[in-house]
Amino acid sequence: MTVRLNGDVRECREGITIAALVEELGLGNKRIAVEVNRDIIPRDEYASCALKADDEVEIVHFVGGGC
Amino acid sequence: MPGPKDPFVLAGKEYHSRLIVGTGKYKDFAETRQAIEASGAEIVTVAVRRVNITDPNQENLLDYIDPKHYTILPNTAGCYNAADAVRTCRLAREAGVGTMVKLEVIGDDKTLFPDIPGTLEAAKTLVDEGFIVLPYIHDDPISCQKLEDMGCAAVMPLAAPIGSGLGIRNPYNIRIILEHSSVPVIVDAGVGTASDAAVALEMGCDAVLMNTAIAAAKDPILMADAMRQGVEAGRKAYLAGRMGKKLYATASSPLDGMIA
Repeated sequence: MTVRLNGDVRECREGITIAALVEELGLGNKRIAVEVNRDIIPRDEYASCALKADDEVEIVHFVGGGC
Repeated sequence: MPGPKDPFVLAGKEYHSRLIVGTGKYKDFAETRQAIEASGAEIVTVAVRRVNITDPNQENLLDYIDPKHYTILPNTAGCYNAADAVRTCRLAREAGVGTMVKLEVIGDDKTLFPDIPGTLEAAKTLVDEGFIVLPYIHDDPISCQKLEDMGCAAVMPLAAPIGSGLGIRNPYNIRIILEHSSVPVIVDAGVGTASDAAVALEMGCDAVLMNTAIAAAKDPILMADAMRQGVEAGRKAYLAGRMGKKLYATASSPLDGMIA
């Protein structure tokens, strides 16, 4: 199946969880936040939150910025 | 460490430094860290952006700026409406650096002036959701009063447009804001050099927030140190109370005992 991850189409295995996706991306120990279809997924729900085809996933972190 | 003698109290927490700095526009993260250290700042702003999926091993800002040592203040830079700003703040909170946010709802990309209705709307929602809200706003006493009344922890009137380096363009408005505010007044954006920062503190502003003035200096580390000193000098001059201004001279050497 495909999902949209940070604006780009990404091939994922059926029913992949947020935890598995985050791990696959090497972000497991990073300070990030995840949204699926505009809903924030709390970190303790990553393992139980399975993605569906065409889900819109956003993964954000902190970058340099001022005003 | 003993508590500060003249603390800057923000949302119930005491800080030594009255300089808040951004982390954008530096050459690399090492320079960012050096500049922040030289500035003496204890609160640093950051932006919230998408992770680069194609290169997730990229270095992370927070590997250089330890959230255990600094108060990390996520901003909503780049948000042009209240909904986007609120969404950004919720994501920032989820990413785990606390509930204090620098709210910016931008009106247009040429001036980067705040959108007042959007800022008020977002501030209301965020305060209701338990955020500690520090709003970037015009040097407009009425907007500042409204933001204070709705529960913002400080007001952050601009000195001049973001990144312009023009210094405080309307000191009289800032004075009115200072007279009416019972929350900290933090001049945010538009400071160009150390004397601009000193002026803000001399007027009685509680703190000053800047990024470009340091990052775009020829020597950002030296400018960060200059800003630290400018802020400290301005604060001391405010506490000391300046002399009155007079039109004519007053001799400072005695007139008695003159030889002629």
